[in-house]
Amino acid sequence: MNFLEILYFLVPVAIAYAAPLILTAIGGVFSERSGVVNIGLEGLMVVGAFIGVLFNLTFADTFGAATPWMALLAAMVVAALFSLLHAVASVTFRADQVVSGVAINLLAVALCLFLVKMIYGKGQTDFVQERFLRDGIPFLEKIPFFGPMFFQNVYWTSVLAIGIAILAWVILYYTPFGLRLRAVGEHPMAADTMGINVSRMRYFAVMISGGLAGIGGAIYSQSISQDFGHATINGQGFMALAAMIFGKWHPLGAMGAALFFGIAQALSIVGGSLPGIEKVPSVFLLILPYVLTILALAGFIGKANAPKASGVPYIKGKR
Amino acid sequence: MSNRIINILVPVISVILGLIVGAIVMVVSGYDPIEGYAALWNGIFGDVYTIGETIRQITPYILAGLAVAFAFRTGLFNIGVEGQLIVGWFAAAYVGITFEELPKYIHLPLAILAAAAAGALWGFIPGLLKARFKVHEVIVTIMMNYIALHTSNALVRAVSDGGDNTGAIHPTASLRSEFLENMTDFSRLHYGILIALAMVLVMWLILEKTTRGFELKAVGLNQHASEYAGMNVNKNIILAMSISGAFAGLAGAMEALGTFEFASVKGGFTGIGFDGIAVALLGANTPLGVIFGAALFGSLKYGATNMPNAAGIPEEIVSIIIAIIIFFVASGYIIRLFIERLSKKKEAK
Repeated sequence: MNFLEILYFLVPVAIAYAAPLILTAIGGVFSERSGVVNIGLEGLMVVGAFIGVLFNLTFADTFGAATPWMALLAAMVVAALFSLLHAVASVTFRADQVVSGVAINLLAVALCLFLVKMIYGKGQTDFVQERFLRDGIPFLEKIPFFGPMFFQNVYWTSVLAIGIAILAWVILYYTPFGLRLRAVGEHPMAADTMGINVSRMRYFAVMISGGLAGIGGAIYSQSISQDFGHATINGQGFMALAAMIFGKWHPLGAMGAALFFGIAQALSIVGGSLPGIEKVPSVFLLILPYVLTILALAGFIGKANAPKASGVPYIKGKR
Repeated sequence: MSNRIINILVPVISVILGLIVGAIVMVVSGYDPIEGYAALWNGIFGDVYTIGETIRQITPYILAGLAVAFAFRTGLFNIGVEGQLIVGWFAAAYVGITFEELPKYIHLPLAILAAAAAGALWGFIPGLLKARFKVHEVIVTIMMNYIALHTSNALVRAVSDGGDNTGAIHPTASLRSEFLENMTDFSRLHYGILIALAMVLVMWLILEKTTRGFELKAVGLNQHASEYAGMNVNKNIILAMSISGAFAGLAGAMEALGTFEFASVKGGFTGIGFDGIAVALLGANTPLGVIFGAALFGSLKYGATNMPNAAGIPEEIVSIIIAIIIFFVASGYIIRLFIERLSKKKEAK
């Protein structure tokens, strides 16, 4: 296997694994940019993954091949509603946002497993019938060199993820809404003085993060795991959180970091069949994303600054 | 109403609200909440065997709760208890299977110390990064959890030549107690509960009776003031995370030397570390409070295992209740507001 063949083999897997991370990390960017720390991304992905599979299993006969896409929508809506719990606790009730996020994670896993056992009478669901399939992108796949690497054998969901990342960048940096959202996360009092409703912006941002994490989870469960059980989402949400920090709270940075983590995950999965990497014990590839994040945070990639008001509840009239 | 009473009322009200929400969830999903809670009660207090098992379950919860609470008191949030517990678990099991023919009074303390040291190391790293590079400990400890999980799995495989279980530890390293077993109809209750209670005392002594403990609390209350008072904030942060990690490592030792007597490859987290956050929150981060928090959540967790058989209700309902309780405790502000309004009305009358 020469180097190019390795790339053709590895890159599509990496991109496939990166898609859920990209979407969830972008969700995290929205939430934290508005000043709400969202440790609950993992739980929101769990909800998305569960709703995706549930919808898929229930409506596969009705919608046919379009089912996975409809399931994404359903997962987005339900996860956004679920994230309202986090918004209410951390914005209105002034709860510690990290603790509330932990509660979201616990609640999501418990609730989804409870429902799985109630509905299916066993610990995990059946495999979905209609799932996302790999496909070539017309025209682009014919490009020499890049075509086989990036545009053959890809999931359309990966295209969606990258599209949303670019859209998020435009929204956050080139629209009034984005400016307000960032202002609320940097200096809520100043934003409030300028007539921006701080609480409302934060509610929006948390719900966007919920929706995106929901889509991310549903993509994962309908293309990679293809069923839902207690270990379906096992750390992807936290990895997305890491990607967000690694990408310095910027949508495109987060996307880049998620793609990088995708490569790390792909290496740990298919690495055993690659020359040169097969000798590296898989544990090193498994812990690579986490070690890299810690190193990145320790300042080896330059100082990353969180939004100033991130994690601080805004209390009107308090200096 | 005095602040002290409100501080006790908030967790009590949260627990009651959590149980009410749990009942509502059961009703909505078509289960009988009375039957469910009866099964839960019997799962906790049914007979001496279940009581023994419940206390066994409470043991690691006490230590995990202490770990979270100790870090909290120094103004640090240790989400890494789970990872510190896992490395402690492996370290204790490793010492337990490796050394042969050591007398018990050396082997057992050695295994326990190994667990504490491994946990302390896993806490030391985030502490150091926080002190040296101002890296937020929440993110680092989350990452350390996954590193711990994968590393311990790889180590178990390495120790067992590719298997997924280290095999049983030597009896000289075991916490098993014939006396407690006989008393509780052969449950897996072990001497670990005594260690856990001793650690509660240790935490109280450190925090309330030593200069170092005073400094740790001062750093937690106001870093800048402590710095101006001449305390070494960085050193205290590292120390607090290491001690917190050591408590967590001990929780792992309880599983390795008492309950299971081996370490195995784990598909996911044990959950004890995360529940430790709930325990500490409910116990208001005090040593005594942690005992109550651990008793409640440990019993709920163990009692839940009786619910599928006795009432046909998935045991996850208890995890839902615990999550809801954390929500309410975290949102203490709103409960306080409610209590204050209520007591003001009474005074007005």
